[in-house]
Amino acid sequence: MLAEFLPILLLFVLATAFAGGSLLVSSLVGPRMPNPTKLSAYECGNEPLAEVQSARFPVKFYMVAMLFLIFDIEAVFIFPWAVVFRELGWFGLGQMALFIAILGVAFIYEIGRGGLEWD
Amino acid sequence: MESPPLWVPLFTTIVVFAFFLLSTALLIWAERRVVARMQTRLGPNRVGPLGILQTLVDGVKMFFKEDITPGMVNKPVYTLAPLVGVIAGFLAIAVIPIGGEVTLFGETFTLVVADLHVGALWILALGSIHVYSVFLAGWASNSPYPLLGGIRSSAQMVSYEIAMGLAVASVFIYAGSLRISDIIEAQAGDGLIPGMPGWFAIPLLPAFLVFVVGMVAEAGRPPFDLAEAEGELVGGFNTEYSGMRFGMFMLAEFMQVVTMSAIVVTLFLGGPSGPTFGLPDAIAWVMPIFWFSLKMSLFIFFFILLRGALPRARYHRLMDLGWKVLIPVALVWTMVTAAFVLLNELGGLATETRWVLAGIAGVIVIGLLVLGSSPDDASDAPVPPDEDPAASDHDKVTS
Repeated sequence: MLAEFLPILLLFVLATAFAGGSLLVSSLVGPRMPNPTKLSAYECGNEPLAEVQSARFPVKFYMVAMLFLIFDIEAVFIFPWAVVFRELGWFGLGQMALFIAILGVAFIYEIGRGGLEWD
Repeated sequence: MESPPLWVPLFTTIVVFAFFLLSTALLIWAERRVVARMQTRLGPNRVGPLGILQTLVDGVKMFFKEDITPGMVNKPVYTLAPLVGVIAGFLAIAVIPIGGEVTLFGETFTLVVADLHVGALWILALGSIHVYSVFLAGWASNSPYPLLGGIRSSAQMVSYEIAMGLAVASVFIYAGSLRISDIIEAQAGDGLIPGMPGWFAIPLLPAFLVFVVGMVAEAGRPPFDLAEAEGELVGGFNTEYSGMRFGMFMLAEFMQVVTMSAIVVTLFLGGPSGPTFGLPDAIAWVMPIFWFSLKMSLFIFFFILLRGALPRARYHRLMDLGWKVLIPVALVWTMVTAAFVLLNELGGLATETRWVLAGIAGVIVIGLLVLGSSPDDASDAPVPPDEDPAASDHDKVTS
């Protein structure tokens, strides 16, 4: 069964060679003339102000990330169910509907509390 | 099943690789030409006939550009990020057949790198890896604009990834397999009416629409190209990149357009299937490649038209569309599809019942369209200056 993946390894080698080779050739033939302005962070010509490593960004993005985890697990749960769904029949459909209903209640609560509002 | 000689996978790998690389180069050229036409310009027309070699020349030019590595970046991750994007982009095409059976030197094989038993899952997984490229580039740059752009676009990508994944679930229900060749097989034959193709796009129309919207957002293309909103984020996650590394990001982005078009054609439009017009076997093998390229080109053209025609969406609009419309629609549709498949196994519904159900569905859709749009429009209207609370406070203080 793993032999199926052998051509993918070939493709991986080919893609890596292509991308890595391009970068290598470019670094060999391209000019290199660094100066302090080029090497500083780009802030539209201003002196760079921000210390980014400790910078904070809106908590909304964490919320999206957490919601993504929940829904991605749901998707991962749905895929195998979708493949063998004909054998499971109505019982499987009922189980999945129950699961999605529970998740749906939480989802509606989340929307109702304004968890997905962007201003 | 005996395994073919070693040159067969080598041959298919190189052919598929070249096919997608060439399509990407042609896409870039076609996009510049078509968008130019839409803006009453000419577009590149000097290099080669109709400027078709422009992409090649631009690529060569990029080799001779300075590749600046700014001082504040996290160097290993900064170097790795564009490579991750390009390599994941190329690997995603591994399971997509670009043509039918081909006989060469006595060996018969399909033009696909690997027909994995988890093919569709492979596509989704590699799509997820693309997010890493964007986020790592933004994070490793250690600079404000790339960080904001990287976070924004990874939030966008993961949101639409769920919608796309759920839309594909109904394809799995219909096909009963994750193997791409099984999914294409399940779309062969007639559809609802004899003579109509049995493509999944027709019975699974809502899932198809969710997937199409999702793929535009996933590829980060206009009108969902928030990652590189030039007016507010300069270049988004790739602001600090230049030279060939920037070229790698561009290649990965344009390749996503080609890959997404290939995926939607494979999952929903029957892949390389199509009539062969009774051609002799010697040339008949060309037809699947032709049909696949034609269907793929249509979607690529659709991407280009979107770019030329639509303004960029606002971020909260984008997230609202993803979370409040596409994900619920895809979830409900998965359930509806499952119920219909089971009902069909029980003997199916009477034609009258189908019409009544279709009517109810239509009323619900129209109702949602009418009800759903009005409050959102009100909140989008610009606040008149005299009603803006902050402004009036300010006036009080100064006066």
